[in-house]
Amino acid sequence: MIDFIWLLPTFPLLGFLSLVLTGGNMPKKATAIIGAGSIGLSFLVAAIIAIQFLGSGEEFVVRHVWTWMAVGDFTPGFSFYLDGLSLVMMLIITGVGFLIHLYSTGFMVDDPSYSRFFSYMNLFVASMLMLVLADNLVLLYLGWEGVGLCSYLLIGFWYTNPDNGYAARKAFVVTRVGDTSMAIGLFLLFSQLGTLNIQELLHNAEEQWVTGSGLAVAAALLLLGGAVGKSAQLPLQTWLPDAMAGPTPISALIHAATMVTAGVYLIARTHVLFELAPTVQLLVAFIGLATLLMAGFTALTQRDIKRILAYSTISQIGYMFLGLGVGAWSAAVFHLMTHAFFKALLFLGAGTVILSLHHEHDIFKMGGKWKKLPIAFASFLIGSLALAAFPFTSGYFSKDEILLAALAVEGPGIWLWMGGVAGAFLTGLYSFRLVFVVFFGESNGHDDAKEVAGFSMAAPLVVLMVFSLLGGLIQVPVDSVFSHGEAHGEHHVSFLMHAIMMAVPMMGIAISYLFYVSKTFSTEKIMASNTAKFLHRFWFSGWGMDGLYQRLLVNPFLFLARINRADLVDKFYALLVTLTRVANGMITQTQTGNLRWYALSVAAGLVLIVTLGVLL
Amino acid sequence: MQTIPIEHGLILASILFAIGLIGVLTRRNVIFVLMSLEIMLNATGLAFIVASSRWGHAEGQVMFIMILTLAAAEVAIGLGLIIQMYRRYHTVDISLLSGMKG
Repeated sequence: MIDFIWLLPTFPLLGFLSLVLTGGNMPKKATAIIGAGSIGLSFLVAAIIAIQFLGSGEEFVVRHVWTWMAVGDFTPGFSFYLDGLSLVMMLIITGVGFLIHLYSTGFMVDDPSYSRFFSYMNLFVASMLMLVLADNLVLLYLGWEGVGLCSYLLIGFWYTNPDNGYAARKAFVVTRVGDTSMAIGLFLLFSQLGTLNIQELLHNAEEQWVTGSGLAVAAALLLLGGAVGKSAQLPLQTWLPDAMAGPTPISALIHAATMVTAGVYLIARTHVLFELAPTVQLLVAFIGLATLLMAGFTALTQRDIKRILAYSTISQIGYMFLGLGVGAWSAAVFHLMTHAFFKALLFLGAGTVILSLHHEHDIFKMGGKWKKLPIAFASFLIGSLALAAFPFTSGYFSKDEILLAALAVEGPGIWLWMGGVAGAFLTGLYSFRLVFVVFFGESNGHDDAKEVAGFSMAAPLVVLMVFSLLGGLIQVPVDSVFSHGEAHGEHHVSFLMHAIMMAVPMMGIAISYLFYVSKTFSTEKIMASNTAKFLHRFWFSGWGMDGLYQRLLVNPFLFLARINRADLVDKFYALLVTLTRVANGMITQTQTGNLRWYALSVAAGLVLIVTLGVLL
Repeated sequence: MQTIPIEHGLILASILFAIGLIGVLTRRNVIFVLMSLEIMLNATGLAFIVASSRWGHAEGQVMFIMILTLAAAEVAIGLGLIIQMYRRYHTVDISLLSGMKG
């Protein structure tokens, strides 16, 4: 069955093609069957392949399908490389993807562009599978750009509202910055190592480059640029909150569970390069730390249910980067997986809330809804517990591993650990602020709401609930991928540290309870002071990053565009046109229609030529 | 036998050619233009004859006969055109016919 690995991206691609070519003329039922069914088939194939692969005990399998292009020795192909890491990614993408597609068949049922939605979704899954299964960086880049395109298309899905179009363009342009950096990184790798096949490349890099050499640092930095753009980390994180303009299942699939973790996958895939550049690896950790704290504070102040979840996504990917940065590769991948479960659950739950409350996004207009929306409430409760790393939920195990690995780092380890723990506290605080404000307390409107949840919407939620609770027990089979680089040294962590890591999220939850349920503390009292007001405004705007970029990049660009409105370069070509026209006018004057005049010109020309011939 | 020096013949041909050219350039009446063209053709013919008799070659004579034939054909077509022109425009003044300008 492993020989049929090419079927994985093929099913969604066929789904995309059939939906696009029929142009929305298919009945809704057929659209839903093709849209969700293609992903379901992929998942089945993926599951069979996974069982066979794990049963065979091999470390990796390569299947070459066909050569894409051949230029000299450079022959990137559609070759699929399957090892523990791509296996995990493949199962997440098809599994969670299928659940989200199933959910979408119910969620999007009233949308007039039903089939357009599923065609984009299928194309996305196909590209994403290409990305994680690619055995060379060129094919990976194809998938990388493909998911970027689908992200753009789906953020701007409701294109009649110009704001959504703006958000889509913003996401596209901001991630483009990272993509450019990554492309340059690929050029550098190819020119230095002579191959873009990932395994050969890593092998060559280890042989040719000394640890910490300039080239290794440059290559790792450029790849990191790409990862930062895709995974919405500092300083390119500004696009993700705006990406919530798309339909909610999109936010769940693309902007939480799969695409935004592509950066984490890239770094894990090329981890050898990062090990050769320890300074860059440490930078990864600090980027993750800074992002997770910043996004945590911002999530505390948001009112839009989806923006809170968006910032929490940024924050959780920050944890993954922290894990990558401290060399806990498998822990980062583990967190990627558990995060896919609980974040998909949270977003789909949010979708149910939003749909049931007539497209209400403001959490302060909800309140007391737990009886009315029981399934959404259960999703949020379980999802938030996992998100906040409540002991023995899935998020607890993965976050625990990352924090322990951070602690093991010599030097700045303790600071990374403390930052991570502070982030865990914030996570508990903001995730349960959301739960308490939406589902407890007094109702603030929408009393007529009735939960919208057919089988197609409820079933994925239930499955995801189970995985969010128990996903921590899954062993990710990535040990063989990272075996040679990982610090497996026995590190004794005192009982106190463990106790702190367990207690901190619960403290966050408790404080949030005191604020929003028992009202022991009041937010109004805190907000009375000017400092708090300023901080709230600052955090609410995402630490002013959008304003900063507006001033630093967008406005100068617009200024230049305005100066150059008449197009200076074009002036030169306009001059050419004018010159030609004037010359033409002059020469047409000589065409008088007078025969004698022509005869005279001929004679004069002859005389001139003969004279010149004689004289010269 | 006293032969005419080649220079004399060529000077005469040049003078004839110049007269013909001036006629072409200055006359308005298209019939005179045609006649001036004939003079120019004959001037070149004369130059051929003079040159061939100087070097004792027959090609010059042959060339002159060809020019003569050409001139006859030209006159036939030219006169035909002039008749058409007169029928259509009721004039033989070529300076009035400048419909192809600019």
